[in-house]
Amino acid sequence: MVEYHFSTPISKEEVKKLRIGDTLFLSGVVISARDAAHKRALEHLRNGKPLPVNFSGMALYHLGPVVKKEGDKWSIISAGPTTSTRLEMYEAEFIERTGVRVIIGKGGMGLKTAEACKKFAAVYTMFTGGCGALAAKSVKEVEKVEWLDLGVPEALWVMHVSNFGPLAVAIDSNGKNFYDDLKKQVECNLKKAYTIIGLKV
Amino acid sequence: MVPPSFLKESIVKMISAAAIYLADDVKDALKKAYENEDKPVAKSIFKSILDNIRVAEEENRPICQDTGTVMFYVKAGEKFPLLGKLPNILKESTIEATAVTPLRPNAVDVIVGKNSGDNTGEKIPWIQWEILPESDEAEITVLLKGGGSEKPSLAKTIPPGLGVQGALKLVIDDIFEVGPEPCPPVVMGVGLGPAGDIAMALAKKALLHPLGKKHPRADVAELEDKLLNAINALEWGPNGVGGKTTALDAHIEIAHRHPASMAVGVIVNCWAKRTSTLKVTKDSVEFITHKFLNSEVK
Repeated sequence: MVEYHFSTPISKEEVKKLRIGDTLFLSGVVISARDAAHKRALEHLRNGKPLPVNFSGMALYHLGPVVKKEGDKWSIISAGPTTSTRLEMYEAEFIERTGVRVIIGKGGMGLKTAEACKKFAAVYTMFTGGCGALAAKSVKEVEKVEWLDLGVPEALWVMHVSNFGPLAVAIDSNGKNFYDDLKKQVECNLKKAYTIIGLKV
Repeated sequence: MVPPSFLKESIVKMISAAAIYLADDVKDALKKAYENEDKPVAKSIFKSILDNIRVAEEENRPICQDTGTVMFYVKAGEKFPLLGKLPNILKESTIEATAVTPLRPNAVDVIVGKNSGDNTGEKIPWIQWEILPESDEAEITVLLKGGGSEKPSLAKTIPPGLGVQGALKLVIDDIFEVGPEPCPPVVMGVGLGPAGDIAMALAKKALLHPLGKKHPRADVAELEDKLLNAINALEWGPNGVGGKTTALDAHIEIAHRHPASMAVGVIVNCWAKRTSTLKVTKDSVEFITHKFLNSEVK
């Protein structure tokens, strides 16, 4: 278990150092995108339309923040991760088309994302679910927001962060998935759980 | 009589407090879980959670960016003088709390997908009523219910032949399946009864109990212990990274069932179980869970 501190833009070489179980702290540009933003981004990219923000070498955050606007300045009030599994249907193609290097979410992602991480040198990391105040503390500035018509939670928030973490590497650029082993272990534990409630197994 | 504007102001404070300050029962349970954990990854997750709770309190930030759907549980006396005005007061309080806390706008039109922007909309904020005969007081609880932990919610009717074990197996399988998604360690509300809607209403009632509270019937309390131990035996752990505490507590509520059916309701909350309760008497408002507000609102 190694601790890394990276700044964006992140190179392929850098991201290839990370292994599942490692811890990452991130500085630089992090861009939020949830379901609706992923859907629209892929529609644009398939039609050759550029995105309003550049994801290449940057970090994508599965996040719908609490925000506040004073004058024309936005600030991020609370910014923990949303469940990443919902984005599994988009992420492999998103990685391929955007060149995003680090994905931040919670709850793990699946095989297609793991394969894309391997093929295009990216990682999937997890921040602790529910820790919105802690995450927001490391956001130094909102550079801009795009696609606000999707609603506050679904918009693209382009944020500058300082030492954002700890992020646990859950899929590395070898395509190894932290959850593959854990799920097997929990499956074994299921019998123990049944026994406790008095079920014969 | 408490003036409607004063009650509104109090409810706004209560909603904000629920978003920012976890009640003591939840904080204590999380501290205990942190101390009890010895796997480094799981321990670091609990440390993040405790750090997060502290930062939220110090900087007045919502604990989690998902400030939930705003749900009210009202026990109102039949003679409570503001009974008729209460739905409107709750709606206006929600709009104001959304702006001042701030809360994330989380009310989306089911059909066209448009976010209302102020956490109100069709039947939202949700209000669940219980009428107290003779009384002229009211007790109002707000629950800010996160979206992620709604995934494992379920209502299912099983053959009574499968017994209570069959019902608990359903709950265990549910948590086994969703793993890290509902932001464990979770709090479990389980209802058992004759029909799906009753089981779900009971599950929500169970979920709203303070952590550590046991069912008054010894046999039900024993089932609660077994269910909690069984879920923790899965060792999904905090954030689903593997560890000792997958659930902080499990509460069960029961109603007599139909001879032919055992309905099981399951409602799951993430570790950030955000509730707050206040009591309105004829001439005063008292905050029950977030007592520090009593000196702020006069």
